[in-house]
Amino acid sequence: MKPIGPDSLMILIPAFNEEGAIANVVKEVHSVLPGVPVLVVDDCSPDGTRIEAINAGADVISVPYHLGLGGCVQAGYRLAFELGFSYVIRIDGDGQHDPRFIPAIFDKLKTSGCQMVIGSRFINGGGEHTSIWRKLGILFFRGVLRPILDKPVHDPTSGFVGVNKDAIAVFARSFPLEYPEIEALVVLQRRRFRFEEVPCKMRERQAGKSSITTLKSVYYVIHVLLGVFINILKYGERRPK
Amino acid sequence: MMNRLLSVTFGMSVLLIGVVLFSVRRSHIRVEYSVSWLVAAFVMLILSSSDFVLGTIANLLGITYAPVALLLVVLSLFLMVFYRFSIVISDLKDANIALTQKLAILEYRIQDLHEERKEED
Repeated sequence: MKPIGPDSLMILIPAFNEEGAIANVVKEVHSVLPGVPVLVVDDCSPDGTRIEAINAGADVISVPYHLGLGGCVQAGYRLAFELGFSYVIRIDGDGQHDPRFIPAIFDKLKTSGCQMVIGSRFINGGGEHTSIWRKLGILFFRGVLRPILDKPVHDPTSGFVGVNKDAIAVFARSFPLEYPEIEALVVLQRRRFRFEEVPCKMRERQAGKSSITTLKSVYYVIHVLLGVFINILKYGERRPK
Repeated sequence: MMNRLLSVTFGMSVLLIGVVLFSVRRSHIRVEYSVSWLVAAFVMLILSSSDFVLGTIANLLGITYAPVALLLVVLSLFLMVFYRFSIVISDLKDANIALTQKLAILEYRIQDLHEERKEED
């Protein structure tokens, strides 16, 4: 896997126990973006995720013990940084993110000059497969993030995210380990980076089931709130209005 | 009542010092991580064996019943020890994650090189 050209793009797919969906996701990405390298970071899955991803034509790195989502995504950013990729777009391994929206995120990254582009299910609709509890959580975090980011964010929990070289460099060094999406936004904002959102549709997961239980949802809210607060304390500078 | 509490604390601190030294000798605890425990145990030992020191600390803290001062000091010491170990564990976790990621990346790159060589051959 090598970056090709000044606008080199890598697709990053963190995966844990996604043997039922990962091959389709990789094939879909290849059909939308032929020739673009796809990196699957297998989070020490006990099932056949690694083999399925390799057979589907992805490059795979396997961490030797379960790191969690943030650790996996950061491993991907680290490799992209080492290899010199200009852009990385992350999608989920369960098939919820439709790869047909990757070109829109990529174009926005290239033309807007912002460091992060989020695929948002709440611009022009597209979040019909989102549970009521998740929608409530998203509403809550929108309110929390609004004064911090100085601009509204429609879908702060979206993992369908593209980043440019500047953000790759930051995330390769420092990335939230658990539930990273919201904290990552704050990390970038504290560095005066900008983000944009593009509309996209989320689908139902193609296989497997979500690891987020009711108890974990409560933990999620507390953890993310604390993470946001700590990141504000860590990086005192704010982007001027 | 007070004497019994002081005796128990004295016994516990002697036991703690013994256990820590034994663990260090058997390499179950590294020397640098035994220091916090030994300091806490020696402070417990001094406070529980000297009425004068305990009384002075109780006076300084404005506590009329000296054993309460002993409990407060012991609790504070152990909180400090736990805090120190939280820092150590966090550092270890960060290092562990970085190493794990590096290992996975290196493994991937070695495999990539092997495949490149095969193609060249």
